[in-house]
Amino acid sequence: MFRYYNLNDEMDRMRREMDRMFRSVSGAGLSTPGGYPAMNMWLDGDNVILTAELPGVARDEVDISIEGDTLTLSGERKPQELPEGATYHRRECGYGKFTRVIKLPYQINLDEVKARMHNGVLEVKLERAEADKPRKIKVLEG
Amino acid sequence: MAENTNLEPTKEEMELTEGAERTRPRRVFVPRATIYEHNDEITILVDMPGVQADNIDIVMEKNELKIGGMVTHEAPEGYSLVYSEYSVGDYERSFVLPRDIDREKIEASMKDGVLTVKLQRAEAYQARKIDVKAIE
Repeated sequence: MFRYYNLNDEMDRMRREMDRMFRSVSGAGLSTPGGYPAMNMWLDGDNVILTAELPGVARDEVDISIEGDTLTLSGERKPQELPEGATYHRRECGYGKFTRVIKLPYQINLDEVKARMHNGVLEVKLERAEADKPRKIKVLEG
Repeated sequence: MAENTNLEPTKEEMELTEGAERTRPRRVFVPRATIYEHNDEITILVDMPGVQADNIDIVMEKNELKIGGMVTHEAPEGYSLVYSEYSVGDYERSFVLPRDIDREKIEASMKDGVLTVKLQRAEAYQARKIDVKAIE
């Protein structure tokens, strides 16, 4: 059978490999793999971006708390309010409460946390705490 | 943490139709949908996170409703993806509708990444209630 070569599969494989390496180095990652919502983590030096797809979750139903290098994301997708007498033909969109605990690669500067929801996608921008940044130590002579 | 929830973190990827090729270097997912009916109105809810209202295509062909959503997500500039549990992609799904849908009365709206399509059954087709008279 003809096998369609998918570049995305290759990208995924590389990504997984990177995850593995990244986790083994920094210990960062998600403490509850496979939970809801699925999350992605982006890194640029001392900046971290976390993203999650949260369709049907209103902005004020999302709760983020950070302690040190641990971020807890919780929230709820409320069930649709159906008019009385309505019947379901199909029901695939789940609902309910969710919680995920994410271990970040750094201690976080709590004054610089920016979170926004856009079209059902959550983006949390975090900065490494000043105290957590590596410091170069000058070796004095003598 | 046992929470009373049926939220699913995974997305179903669309199978490539034989002979067809993608023209966008993106994955395509089959979005989750919930459908309910009330009186003569059918409501379809489709989860399409990351899609703006402007990037949704809804086409009614015969009695098939085709819904497509294009994501506009860009990777954050300068950042590299270090941990990934989901892929970003477009959405495509078709629904076969009852034949009596009024094509002029299809309404669609988008909120929090969920598309709502409301369809009305055409009046001409609506079942008429027949009163049964009791004969003394």
